[in-house]
Amino acid sequence: MPYALCFLLFMIGLYCAVVKKNLVKIVIGLAIMEYAVNLFLIMLGYRTGGTAPILDKTYIEAGTNKIVANFINTSVDPLPQALVLTAIVISLGSLALVISICIRIYGKYGTFDITEIRRLKG
Amino acid sequence: MEQEQQNSNTVQTGKISNGTKGMTVIVKTIASWVKVLIFLFGINIVLFGHLTPGGGFAGGVILASSYVLLMLAFGREFVEENLPLPLASKLDCLGAFMFALVAILGIVFGGSFFLNFLYQKYLPGQPLHLVSAGIIPLANIAIGLKVGASLFLITLMLSISCKGRECRFE
Amino acid sequence: MTRVLPAFVLIPLVMAFVLPVFGKKGKNIATVLANLTTITLLILAIVCIGKSGFYEVGNWSIRVGIIMVLDGLSSLMLLAINLVSAAAMLFSARYMEQYTAKSKYLSLFMLMVAGMNGVVLSGDLFNLFVFLEIASLASYALVGFGCEHEELEASFKYMVLGSVASSFILFAIALVYGNTAYLNMACISKSIQTSGLNAGLTFALALFIVGFGLKAALVPFHAWLPDAHPSAPAPISAMLSGVIIKTLGVYALTRVVFNIFGVSVSVGWLLVTLGLLSMIAGAFLALGQWDFKRLLAYSSISQVGYVVLGIGLGATLIAKKANPAWASLALLGGLFHLVNHAVYKSLLFLTSGSVEMSTGTRQLKEMGGLAQMMPVTRTTCTIASASIAGIPPFSGFWSKLILVIAAVQAGLYWIAAIIVFVSLCTLIMYLKVQRYAFLGELPENLQQIKENKGTMLVAMVVLALLCVLMGLLVIVPSLRDSILNPAVSVLTAGPKHWEIAGILKM
Repeated sequence: MPYALCFLLFMIGLYCAVVKKNLVKIVIGLAIMEYAVNLFLIMLGYRTGGTAPILDKTYIEAGTNKIVANFINTSVDPLPQALVLTAIVISLGSLALVISICIRIYGKYGTFDITEIRRLKG
Repeated sequence: MEQEQQNSNTVQTGKISNGTKGMTVIVKTIASWVKVLIFLFGINIVLFGHLTPGGGFAGGVILASSYVLLMLAFGREFVEENLPLPLASKLDCLGAFMFALVAILGIVFGGSFFLNFLYQKYLPGQPLHLVSAGIIPLANIAIGLKVGASLFLITLMLSISCKGRECRFE
Repeated sequence: MTRVLPAFVLIPLVMAFVLPVFGKKGKNIATVLANLTTITLLILAIVCIGKSGFYEVGNWSIRVGIIMVLDGLSSLMLLAINLVSAAAMLFSARYMEQYTAKSKYLSLFMLMVAGMNGVVLSGDLFNLFVFLEIASLASYALVGFGCEHEELEASFKYMVLGSVASSFILFAIALVYGNTAYLNMACISKSIQTSGLNAGLTFALALFIVGFGLKAALVPFHAWLPDAHPSAPAPISAMLSGVIIKTLGVYALTRVVFNIFGVSVSVGWLLVTLGLLSMIAGAFLALGQWDFKRLLAYSSISQVGYVVLGIGLGATLIAKKANPAWASLALLGGLFHLVNHAVYKSLLFLTSGSVEMSTGTRQLKEMGGLAQMMPVTRTTCTIASASIAGIPPFSGFWSKLILVIAAVQAGLYWIAAIIVFVSLCTLIMYLKVQRYAFLGELPENLQQIKENKGTMLVAMVVLALLCVLMGLLVIVPSLRDSILNPAVSVLTAGPKHWEIAGILKM
């Protein structure tokens, strides 16, 4: 059920990126799509009643420096969290680039409306 | 004193602020106290990245946000004198180069790209102490430096003003 | 041998961060270093022909860590990528003098090359996504490099569609991870072979086809290409048209469909349909263009349609379990056309850049009679046009012939007829280019132009020589067996390729 809601958020972002006529609203639509995908990826790793995958002194047996089996059985999956961290960094770079191009377009064309930014046709 | 208060009580309203005068005296005072704490907190997140949540990227964002706070409170020119653009650019390249150097040292000392040579051979350390996970703290420092410099550069370049069709880009 | 694999990614990445330090004063040193880097990568790619193996990054074993895989398909793509980037970098040594900030251009170019090399060599699905994003972001910035009106508009359109494609691909990777709990390509394919495709995995396959199809500019998703390729600087157009749409789009699609999911008849027919639509739509839309580079961009859409048609035909034949020689022939045609198109389309874009640098215009109606003032450009452009139109003995003829023979052998005569018809349209559009740009009378305002000198000519002449000689790749059996046949056998093996390569001990 939460996965279907993630997909709905993805579709909302896609609608916004396709239908809207203001440059900045298109960029916001792209950002919503990326939030939805990151949320979906994190929810995949969830385990009901799980704990955060951070090692603590209580999870290490004294003397032998090994991890308690209880930790592996109850912690959520940490791999999607690493993937999402990478995906967030990538979308940060992409967002910075697209916003600076929007600023330059405003400087050249004087408007944010895509129906008036149509020099390339045919 | 009264003249200064009168001058800096005029807050810049209007849709596009041209970033030369900065904000009121309350904001400026608090910002100059808090900026060091934010920077220090960022360094803490970077250094303890292998023990607590955070790491290179999150710590770098916090380091950059201390400069962004200064930019909002004092204006762009003040920050540009403090950390000029070419220096930030070189710090950026230095951070990335340090990260690549750590990866190449894996080949030199261990034989495999990105090998955690400190953990497996020279300096294993104790778990949950600061000196533990091998090359991961070094990689975190390099990434923190790079991300901090990059985000500072991005915010600086995006804050250049654009009134109507006239854009002043250097 | 596999110890040299990280160098393909590491050397361009390190150079990308060393080059901006030079700034405006060290421009010449930076250019020389960048050219040395791309030539080194080309030599490494030639050394890696015919070898195969895998490299465990950080000495972590396969289930835990990332691996880099070199097999027949990877070595073919590495050869194409590094060849085109070496030629484009040689060309841009002189061409980019008309722009400012050349050291930033060089650094972005290095990032793009590093990203493409990483896509081709990665053995892990998420690693492929990360390198795909690196190459895409660098290319978005490079398309808008000149910061004029049209370049910014084209870059914005390209960036929006590219980000949508990347979100689709990441969503599909998330679905695959959720259903199989692995990210390594070999482990995913083993898991899919044992448990079959459920609804989530089929939806992931559909999302992959849409996402990679957007990156490869197949026909329902091609809207960004006719704006982005003409507006970019000429060596970047050559890279975009020559290698990026093929590495980030066609290679990734092939790897996912053949080696991870396994082919089925419906997927094969879907690829054939997309290829046919691209061929026909690209050819018809290109006939009416009067802008030199826009015509070349639409012709790129059409030629990528050929490649996808060949690959889809091979997929259908493998899925129907027909005679394996037919499937091998179709795949050979598709892959050889991919390499051919990389060489001659990049040569065409480089000649259009040379013409633009001399005359200052891209409109065919304003040019004419350039043959007497620019002989080298005219000769190389003629060789490339003859090659793309399929005139023997140039390289384009052989790949189209193989595709037609493969279609006829499979009994699909209508596909062969469409291939011949679109080749005719291609011939018409390039005759138009030759007549308006090079033959005819020289207009008065262009009486003073001169031929471009130096490294630009070297790059164009080298690529033209390759156009002539690449037909030998198919005719001479030893060259075919060492370069092309390993790539074809990777695809015909399908999901069993990972055991044959020794990555997965079954």
